[in-house]
Amino acid sequence: MSAKAFKQPPMLRLASSIFIIVWLILAAFPFFWTLWGSFKVELDFFSKADWRNALTGARTVAEHGSAFTTNGYEGAWVQEEFWRAVLNTFIVCFFVVTISLTFGTLGGYALSRSGFRYTFWLLIAALIFRAMPPITLVSGYLLPFFEWNLWGILPTTIIVLVAINQPFTLWMLHSFFQKIPKELDESAKVDGCSQFQAFRHVIIPVMWPGVITTGLFSFLLAYNDFAVTSMLLSKENQTMVPKIASFLGTTQTEGNVMFAVAAVVSATAPLFVLVMFFQRQIVSGLTQGAVKG
Amino acid sequence: MLLFIALPIVSVVMQSLYTPHKQVIKVVENCGPFGCKEATTVDQTATEQLRKEQPLGQFSGLKIYLDRGHLATKEIAEAWSTRSSLGDFFSAVGNLPFYRALSFTLTYTFVVTPLLIILGFIIAIAVNSLHRHLKGLVIFFSLLPMIVTPLIGSLILFWMVDSRGILGSALQWLVNNPDLSLKASTELTWIMLMVYGVWHSAPFAFVVFYAGLQTLPQDALESSMIDGATRWQQIRYVIIPHLMPLVTFVALIQLMDNFRVFEPIVGFNAEAHAQSLSWIIFNDLGGETRLLSSAATTSVLTIIGVAILLSPVLVKTWQDFKVKT
Amino acid sequence: MLLKKVALATAMGLMAGNVMAECVIDARVSIVGNEFPAIQTIGSGAQECTGAEVSSNLTADHQKINVAGMSGNPAEYTTAIVANTSIVALMNEDVIRPLDDLIAEHGEGIQKNQLITVDGKVMAVAFMANAQHLVYRKDVLEEIGVEPPASYEDLLAAAEMIREKGIMEYPVGGAYKAGWNLAQEFNNMFLGMGGSFFKEGSAEPTVNTAEGVAALEMMKALSEYMNPDFLTHDSNATSAEWKAGNVALMNMWGSRVGPLRETEGSSQEVADNTAIAGPMTVGGGDTPATTLWWDGWTVAKNISDAEAEATFLAMKHAIRPEILNDETSPMAVWLIEGYEPTDAAIGVLDAAQRGTIPFPMLPYHGLLHSALGAELADFMQGKEDAATALADVEAAYITAAKEKGHL
Repeated sequence: MSAKAFKQPPMLRLASSIFIIVWLILAAFPFFWTLWGSFKVELDFFSKADWRNALTGARTVAEHGSAFTTNGYEGAWVQEEFWRAVLNTFIVCFFVVTISLTFGTLGGYALSRSGFRYTFWLLIAALIFRAMPPITLVSGYLLPFFEWNLWGILPTTIIVLVAINQPFTLWMLHSFFQKIPKELDESAKVDGCSQFQAFRHVIIPVMWPGVITTGLFSFLLAYNDFAVTSMLLSKENQTMVPKIASFLGTTQTEGNVMFAVAAVVSATAPLFVLVMFFQRQIVSGLTQGAVKG
Repeated sequence: MLLFIALPIVSVVMQSLYTPHKQVIKVVENCGPFGCKEATTVDQTATEQLRKEQPLGQFSGLKIYLDRGHLATKEIAEAWSTRSSLGDFFSAVGNLPFYRALSFTLTYTFVVTPLLIILGFIIAIAVNSLHRHLKGLVIFFSLLPMIVTPLIGSLILFWMVDSRGILGSALQWLVNNPDLSLKASTELTWIMLMVYGVWHSAPFAFVVFYAGLQTLPQDALESSMIDGATRWQQIRYVIIPHLMPLVTFVALIQLMDNFRVFEPIVGFNAEAHAQSLSWIIFNDLGGETRLLSSAATTSVLTIIGVAILLSPVLVKTWQDFKVKT
Repeated sequence: MLLKKVALATAMGLMAGNVMAECVIDARVSIVGNEFPAIQTIGSGAQECTGAEVSSNLTADHQKINVAGMSGNPAEYTTAIVANTSIVALMNEDVIRPLDDLIAEHGEGIQKNQLITVDGKVMAVAFMANAQHLVYRKDVLEEIGVEPPASYEDLLAAAEMIREKGIMEYPVGGAYKAGWNLAQEFNNMFLGMGGSFFKEGSAEPTVNTAEGVAALEMMKALSEYMNPDFLTHDSNATSAEWKAGNVALMNMWGSRVGPLRETEGSSQEVADNTAIAGPMTVGGGDTPATTLWWDGWTVAKNISDAEAEATFLAMKHAIRPEILNDETSPMAVWLIEGYEPTDAAIGVLDAAQRGTIPFPMLPYHGLLHSALGAELADFMQGKEDAATALADVEAAYITAAKEKGHL
């Protein structure tokens, strides 16, 4: 896009810059606001009296002698052991991403290479499954899990999340594999490879961008899920999102709300790092045409 | 995997066709810290007998589908026969929970989906024209609304739009009305939820479109330049057709997700003003006595709704598929 | 912060307990319950027992998982901590056992009035009582020169005076969030007006009556003095409004008063001037417009006798008189022997003495509650009149009750 022909006239350039700036403010402002507020006391953050208190921290100064306090973080991480939830989240995310990518690549590859009618219907069934509101699913799973003594542990949640995620993964990788020309496998087979060897030596090296993109979307699903994790995990196995919700429970104990705010910031921080690392891959993965309906 | 996918669908459909047994009620004396009182309770021995005879419950067919909580055929027929005007009829229908929720769900879906596609598209075009050193940073911040869990994202905004929060105060100052409260009026609550919906999902559309722009064939653009096409004509005749398949994909996913809108309603405490189909399910399951059949029925109706919404896309996929095989 | 105190209190309780009572059990105990401080105390009290594992899952979602968690065989949870509403769901599904045999064997130290009996069988052991009652700002009422209101009519008059004097624009607070909270406020007002929810001995609703309409009109009148966002305010948000000093009069849970009198997250002025009184009457009635609640524990049906016994012993240990101390006493109005009411308890005690109606323990009341919560919001927003709203409530309830087999 560096060709001279594409240079924008100054007016358009200005307009698009202004638009980008407005959008960035809209997108990022709530997070900076929360980050700033997480170092205040509750009355300042919610500023029932005057919204400017949230900026200056008038009550925080009155209670702690300085405009910043790390009480929220201390409470969340030390007292409420938020790190456990962080650990659980990463266990869940790791397995959900690994398992759903394994099934997704194999399944997506197989579906894209098979010409049978049922492939279409399988994809449609997957879509219908995705259309079902997750709460219904969870309430259906609840009773059998209790009966089989599977409730409350991480593996159960991982399997359910994989099942919920699979339709999306399958669709995405299916369309991605369709973009990889069949001639590639065929030429490999001519060279004497089996179907599996063709997959291993020819397809795997070129599929990474699509897999990474799909993996990121699966990761976000597992990371952000509330409906499943809040109902299927016992207290000690909770992941971050239900843990935050529990800070905000039905009867709020003093100061717990600020634990939640601090935890929200803490939960967003790894995502920042993640996006920084994988931003190029997301974009390049999508560039490979991974998502053409 | 088929087990995990097929079994829940079958069990939900089954559940929507059966209802619990008739409960045998008996009058007993209840005592507690505040004295004794005559009250009723379920006669377990008698009910147990019924349960043994029919373990699935009573077969009720489509009864639940047609009752007041769902399609409400009887109430609609009655409203039609006693109507004094069409507006009267529609307000009677709008008072039924299913249709009230459906009207919000459909409005939400059809306002939010196109807006987020347009917004995502404009951001993608604008970001694409940026200097490449800036791109990384801008993409990073643009993704923020999407990667934050909806429950937390809507909570943060809920705190901010309070009439004494920063956004609420800013709005009051803008329209010069110190009593303005976004949470107190139905119309403003709907607008707030929809703005949130666009804000939350636009990055998804943006990322997909941005990726699509990277594969734009440069020669097509260049030849259009040589033909003297204006910038607008380039977008209209080269870029948009190129991105069309992606628009279909984004529309497919977003129509489905928006039709199931749920978390923002809970996050914004907006139950009084806006209810969606998913919220009805949540409400049925969240009470002290859970209405499983009712929730299952609403779920089946939601799936049917999604199928109807997506039918154009599905038909097209089927045609593509037939051509391919 | 408070949790730290709870932990400290239990640690002290533990030290005292070593001398007073030993708790040794020989089978697993597993608790599910709500998560407010008083229940946290019970949960950690049970975990003092040695000899077998005691696990507890105290969460706001307890109602969604307790029935499923006790339906399996053996049940995941051996005990559920419930209130007079939530025990109904457990009894409807027949997942809790009568406790008579265990009480005969180990019941010493449990008072007669702690036993919840249904049809002559003990189904739960209560440990605390709760009710909503008046909370007011002493300084504000002194400024306008009125006594704490004894009825909702007085409260409206006082609110008008506060507004006129320009002290506060929205002086009344209330947990009117659409859903459970709004339905609960209607229950209070409806009982205060002398209404009854069902036809005697049947599941047919009788809320669309003159009492129902009067109750709604009163709620509407109160809402004129509330923050316009009142339909989004649950008891947490209402407490926050109180602490910010925006509210001078409200009907609030006795269990929530303690934190309102602390300066943490509030100002000295608000904390010092927060006072409580008994519940108010309405419409000239004698019965206070509120409901009485208890919290107690149950024992699951689908577990072995050894587990049931261990559960009973552990839970009894958790509510023994020795748990009461300076930290735990103000947390709730305990029903435990030797409890000395603190001054935070006068509202609830007054409610109990004046013949307040306990929240009905009926198999189908939960359905009516859900219907009220969903359908009354339209009236509160002025979208329909009281009679239409109540007709909608009855129609929604009848649909649900038919599905559940009650009608």
